[in-house]
Amino acid sequence: MSQSSNRLTSDLLHPLLNTSWRFYTLVVLLASVVAAGLISWAVQMWFGFGVTGIKWPIYWGFFITDFVFWIGISHAGTLISAILRLVNAGWRRPVTRCAEVITAFALMIGGLFPIIHLGKPWLFFWLMPYPSSRLIWPNFRSPLVWDFFAISTYLTGSLLFLFLPMIPDFAIVRDHTTGLRRKIYGLLALGWRGTTSQWHRLETAMQIMAIAIIPVAVSVHTIVSFDFSMAPTPMWHSAIFGPYFVAGAIFSGIAGLIIAMATLRKFLHLEAYLHPIHFENLGKLLLTMSLLWAYFTFNERITVWYGNGVSEINTFLVTQKGTFAPLFWLMVVVNFVIPVIILGIKRFRTITGCVIASFGVCVGMWLERFLIVVPSLGNKFLPYSWSYYRPRPTEILITTATFAAMILLYTLFAKFVPIISIWEMKAGEHPAPQLYPKTEAEHALGEVHA
Amino acid sequence: MAHRFGMAVDLDRCTGCEACVAACHAENNIATVGDLQAARGRALHWIRVERYFEGEFPDVRVKYRPVMCQQCDAAPCEPVCPTYASHHNEDGLNAQIYNRCIGTRYCANACPYNVRFFDFFNPAWEKPLHLQLNPDVSVREVGVMEKCTFCTQRITAAKIQAESEKRELKDGDIKPACVQSCPAKALVFGDLNDPESEVSRLFESPRGSRLLEDLGTLPKVAYLEGR
Repeated sequence: MSQSSNRLTSDLLHPLLNTSWRFYTLVVLLASVVAAGLISWAVQMWFGFGVTGIKWPIYWGFFITDFVFWIGISHAGTLISAILRLVNAGWRRPVTRCAEVITAFALMIGGLFPIIHLGKPWLFFWLMPYPSSRLIWPNFRSPLVWDFFAISTYLTGSLLFLFLPMIPDFAIVRDHTTGLRRKIYGLLALGWRGTTSQWHRLETAMQIMAIAIIPVAVSVHTIVSFDFSMAPTPMWHSAIFGPYFVAGAIFSGIAGLIIAMATLRKFLHLEAYLHPIHFENLGKLLLTMSLLWAYFTFNERITVWYGNGVSEINTFLVTQKGTFAPLFWLMVVVNFVIPVIILGIKRFRTITGCVIASFGVCVGMWLERFLIVVPSLGNKFLPYSWSYYRPRPTEILITTATFAAMILLYTLFAKFVPIISIWEMKAGEHPAPQLYPKTEAEHALGEVHA
Repeated sequence: MAHRFGMAVDLDRCTGCEACVAACHAENNIATVGDLQAARGRALHWIRVERYFEGEFPDVRVKYRPVMCQQCDAAPCEPVCPTYASHHNEDGLNAQIYNRCIGTRYCANACPYNVRFFDFFNPAWEKPLHLQLNPDVSVREVGVMEKCTFCTQRITAAKIQAESEKRELKDGDIKPACVQSCPAKALVFGDLNDPESEVSRLFESPRGSRLLEDLGTLPKVAYLEGR
């Protein structure tokens, strides 16, 4: 084994083998916030949904906003990593795993919200086609049932896509530990010995997953958008929602990834692996998505404005210059103005610049979902039912807790699994010609490395 | 389809007295949520009288419009329900099965008329008010959606009565609570499949229109108004 290879292994295994008191403090802090959220949920179930701010006729609020937000964040990972793998971008190597983990955890959190928001959460399984003793199927015409299929497919796919390239790394950890840990990592490594045929199988499986996961990811957020566009509600019933949601999801996903990477770089001292160029590249992607997002928003808004439908124009005006105007224009600033300035000018496209832009985008994309869900419901067809919505502590706590849960899960993951793929880094440094074409070599899209 | 129940509302007769609202609450065991919760938007009114004002103060005309579930033939609430809690029954009514409802509230968001209500808390009646509950109507628990049923319990009772007397249902056999209690006789209920019924006649009236009919929901409530 070469010197750099040894350095890679020891650097990237360092967080797994050494734990400081700061780790425990962070875990306890985050876990207590998560516990507060769980207690809020228990309170909501015990006393009834009335403890939230949901009301007639705004029956969806923070929870559905959070749902769309987290499913959106989940589009960073797998999609970006799959695309970068397929185009065989060399700079993907240290990025893919941090991205794929975001997908897995964001989906688990996002997938909880449709359950949290139910009037009877304990009956959530009625959304699934389970063998009911009363022979009752779910209503396959309902977009909420499509949601169930979309999210469970995406979660299964992303977990596989995350797990496959972890197998060789589990084997590395197995070989560097003793006792119980060795046993557990040994089990997770599924008998990996690093033979040529095993590498071939792994590569083939990853190629298949990378190709399969892209249409799944696109369909997931399209189906999430169908939750809105299938209902004849002002400004929901729109054909643009599918692509608009997918673009927004990737947009917020990249922002989430940049924040996660910058945090890892700082706290796990991965400066030698996550270079400014990675942030610059992701920053350029974020800039592209920001422009695309603005394009979609402009399209959506101007068609409604010119269409001048009686009920739609009302929802439009209330977001554009009414009650929700401050939120709307804040969204435009943090989703478009700031990212374009920071990421469009090379001098500002530093790690700090990218992180600032990304925080803005996360806030902006959360607001975007809020501004889709709430103003439409509060300004439906009959003026008698026009209303507004204010969240109450329950949904604020639960929302906060999910952010804590995301950080907690991420922290724990980085503690137990090498957050940067060790073998992929090594493969990048020492490509075996028959297995890995050099990163700079021309490589056909979607070609299997064999 | 044997029956197709519908209602006609004569807006020129409606005085906005809200007797229908009170009668509906009493008939259908609708919980009264109290002032605090009502202020938070949790009040349940299967029928409500919407007030609209025309003109500038002091030259103002007030218009009343009782709005209840429009029992749409193409109901937006039905396809979106994941559990079939909201579905079309054989009498053409939008039935709501409380026991199938898991409270996604999607139906209410899809409903253009906002006539679907969510139970934010378990209902409670102070003693002795619990004694006035209607035994023919189930009390809804927390977490489900509820809405106007055109007093389905009265429809069923009238059908059973007619069957026991070995006759067909005749016009006027069924009176939902709101219709029964309307002092101005602004509300008329009946079978739209019976061309002789009063409601069928009113549906043909040139004064008639449907609420938000351009949405294509095919409502079975007609509003009559002099133009």
